Amino acid sequence: MTTQVKRDKPWLMRTYSGHSSAKASNELYRTNLGKGQTGLSVAFDLPTQTGYDADHPLARGEVGKVGVPICNIGDMEALFDQIPLGQMNTSMTINATAAWLLALYVATAERQGASPAQLQGTTQNDILKEYLSRGTYIFPPAPSVRLTTDIIAYTVKNIPKWNPTNICSYHLQEAGATPTQELAYALSTAIAVLDAIRDSGQIGADGFEQVVGRISFFVNAGIRFVEETCKMRAFGEMWDKLAQERYGAQSEEMRRFRYGVQVNSLGLTEAQPENNVQRIVLEMLGVSLSKKARARAIQLPAWNEALGLPRPWDQQWALRMQQVLVLETDLLEYGDIFDGSPVIAAKVKALVDGATAEMARVQEQGGMVQAIEAGYVKRQLVTSHTERMRAIERGDLKIVGLNCFRETEESPLTGGKDSGIMKVDPRAEREQIERLNAFRAKRNNAEVKAALATLAETARSGANIMPASILCAHAGVTTGEWSQTLRDIFGEYRAPTGIDIAANDDARGARAVAIRTEVIKTGEEVGRPLRLLVGKPGLDGHSNGAEQIAVKGRDVGFEIVYEGIRLTPEQIAKAALEEGVHLIGLSVLSGSHVEMVEDVFNQLDKVGLRGLPVVIGGIIPESDAKLLKEKGIAAVYTPKDIDLNGIMVDILNLIRKANDLQPVATA
Amino acid sequence: MTLALPEPAALAAAVGGRDRLALARALNLLDDRRPVARQCAAAFLDALPAEKLDTGGHLIGITGPPGAGKSSLTAALIQVWRRRGLKVAILAVDPSSPITGGALLGDRLRMHASGADREVFIRSLACRGEFGGLSAEVWPMSLAMLAAFDVVLVETVGVGQKEIDVSKMTDTTCFVAQPASGDSIQFLKAGIMEIPHVIVVNKEDIGMAARKTLSELKNTLRRQMDPEGWQVPALSVSAALGSGIEPLADALDSHRNWLLARGQFNARRQRCQAEWLVKHLREEFGRYGIGLLGGEDALFIRLAEAPRRSPIAEYEALRARVIREIKAKG
Repeated sequence: MTTQVKRDKPWLMRTYSGHSSAKASNELYRTNLGKGQTGLSVAFDLPTQTGYDADHPLARGEVGKVGVPICNIGDMEALFDQIPLGQMNTSMTINATAAWLLALYVATAERQGASPAQLQGTTQNDILKEYLSRGTYIFPPAPSVRLTTDIIAYTVKNIPKWNPTNICSYHLQEAGATPTQELAYALSTAIAVLDAIRDSGQIGADGFEQVVGRISFFVNAGIRFVEETCKMRAFGEMWDKLAQERYGAQSEEMRRFRYGVQVNSLGLTEAQPENNVQRIVLEMLGVSLSKKARARAIQLPAWNEALGLPRPWDQQWALRMQQVLVLETDLLEYGDIFDGSPVIAAKVKALVDGATAEMARVQEQGGMVQAIEAGYVKRQLVTSHTERMRAIERGDLKIVGLNCFRETEESPLTGGKDSGIMKVDPRAEREQIERLNAFRAKRNNAEVKAALATLAETARSGANIMPASILCAHAGVTTGEWSQTLRDIFGEYRAPTGIDIAANDDARGARAVAIRTEVIKTGEEVGRPLRLLVGKPGLDGHSNGAEQIAVKGRDVGFEIVYEGIRLTPEQIAKAALEEGVHLIGLSVLSGSHVEMVEDVFNQLDKVGLRGLPVVIGGIIPESDAKLLKEKGIAAVYTPKDIDLNGIMVDILNLIRKANDLQPVATA
Repeated sequence: MTLALPEPAALAAAVGGRDRLALARALNLLDDRRPVARQCAAAFLDALPAEKLDTGGHLIGITGPPGAGKSSLTAALIQVWRRRGLKVAILAVDPSSPITGGALLGDRLRMHASGADREVFIRSLACRGEFGGLSAEVWPMSLAMLAAFDVVLVETVGVGQKEIDVSKMTDTTCFVAQPASGDSIQFLKAGIMEIPHVIVVNKEDIGMAARKTLSELKNTLRRQMDPEGWQVPALSVSAALGSGIEPLADALDSHRNWLLARGQFNARRQRCQAEWLVKHLREEFGRYGIGLLGGEDALFIRLAEAPRRSPIAEYEALRARVIREIKAKG
């Protein structure tokens, strides 16, 4: 007999979305709400996330691609047109410019007649993980943490229902973290943030429990859903203890581990993409089965994410998965179904012990900020991800349709006119720039100047950044102006790449040795060691692919020049020239590959390197791959190309071809 | 891109004319180990403007233990030099993997944040397990860069007493000490580390530890002196805050002026080349080979005093002699 308990309240159901323009995204949001979605999750485009206006040179090709472009309050008002913010619950995936987007949100709500105190929602506002994964940071760690703490202090006082920061273990898993590492680094980040806010003096000791209570988390759930269930229980235990022991939170409610989820994208495949549907459903179980450790909000990726941008129908399918689980199954009718299980308890303990030990290593280095600056954390993640990739390559880690059971019937899902993905209207960027110019022409420039002066003064003085930012929002300041003002004061930062890890056993394996022998031989034939430039043009910060290629290249004997994320095509061409490389490998995951390739070729022409072989990797639909090859790209690699050794042989032969040498065959 | 070799005189003229593509090709050529390329490289070096190689520009070495902040210090120095209107070339030497021979070269952007300035040129080199922290290509490449840039800076990672091997192949050597690490001080005291021309303690922003290291270094230096009579300054800087960088640039410049004023500048370049030749020969033939040329010391003195030729031509001539001697003995 099970004890009957009150049916649990369903979690918030969201879909991470936004594209093209504020108007188009607003239509999508209203449609999704009509379909039973209960909250919004706003995806911003990369220029908005990295603090550039749509007409900035670095924004080219990126406007409206991975999210909605928001340049000013006009865009924000359009985004929430006919959506009453006083009643909505909105999650915004925004970090370096979180204070600015929150200011725009508050100002928009005020113009709708809602007061800040009514607002509910979340700003992701976890900058530390951006240095490790995703890469949309702007400023150095110290001023970045200060902006984070300003948002927390401001919302605790003025928007009490707001979740000011979502400490993310999500992106750590996407960058290769094991469950233990996820636990350790997310909780170490929480310590860094809470210590900083305590030390900032903005909140008195008596109000600190409220701050602890407002900290929420954003977690990932992978396919190993039993272990993921245990991870979530471990999170709950560890957070409770930390909140009580380190920060003296007495009330149980304030110590509760509150979290939202986006399930894993790293394991979704481009090969036989329909299999992603069952992956997503199983991943959802890991964060919903255990009542004690159940998510507060869930958003699911679409089945075709590894192919390109999902269409509204794909997002609807993802939402329906949640609705079936909540409404049709009996999941919410029971208490915690794992309590008392010795198997679960043992696994939870193992995770807690592992994570506690790793947290101690981080603290020994002075804390999370210092461990990130020293490159330690990133190296740990690159090492884990390298191990995962090698296991897939060897076939030890099975992925159905990718490295086993690869035979397939033709899929009716991807056969349609649109090849099963959405294309962003190529006019979106131009139209956004036109709207931006029209907005600038209408605003009161004296007011803008005064607001920016106040912002600069606030940034220098160390006072809370939010009131000045809200002033800027109302005055008509743009995203680029707000960010540039702070760039001028705080400076910019480049995070450690973490690829300087030791060579692992695969580097000594027969295949790697065979390739290395050919790489060295070709180096002798062309006169000098072979050099590759691995370049990430544009604003996209997803660097897993570039990092794995760099490490593998080093392991098979290439000299690798890799400078990290966010390079301009001009910088890439300059590096190719100065470093005398034999081939360039580009990596673009934001969908702006066509524009980036055009720009890189133009810059290569300018420096006199026309004809240097260039390959590209990324989420690149087949029709675009064809187009890129017509433009002169020598090879295109996508997530289904998991044989990194094979890619290295390809690259070697491309270099041989460019030097009029016969290709080599390496099995 | 093909395997065809450039025309040496035309390439040298273009490098002298500060053509960036030509310099890139020249560096590729100097890296090229095929015998036919070596001949071409020798001819190229011979055709470079002699005055620039003898007394032009400023060749600076910067070295220190890993984590001392050399790259960020280099970045800060580049900014100062650019503000002073100087054109800057960097040779960044990184270690290569002992297992795979491959290398990760990734410090360009840390050294040069804006990355678009055409008057800054950075070439990375993997030290490829030879020459103790340096790469055999460093000297010839430095010469090519001196023909086109005002300041040429060689950055190397050094550990222990090998730390400043670079000092024997540059006009001026700057050692970056790690605050709170006494290793370098011990090496200096014991006299097993070559004395640099300028010592800096980076990260003065961290406070006490940096100040303590600086005062220990000053105490040690009081008892030591550069064999040529130069008084070695010890400076405190913070690459992160940008403080102390102007005085550092001034100190480096003072050493150059000091060499020039004493008429030792050209002689020092001669000795750098002699050092490179001897080291390179030792690498290839060992002590035995050099013994056939009269031994290291005698060879060094002879080379340092002979009129300068292209290093590769000189090397190939010496190499041929060693091989002749070996054959004669066999």
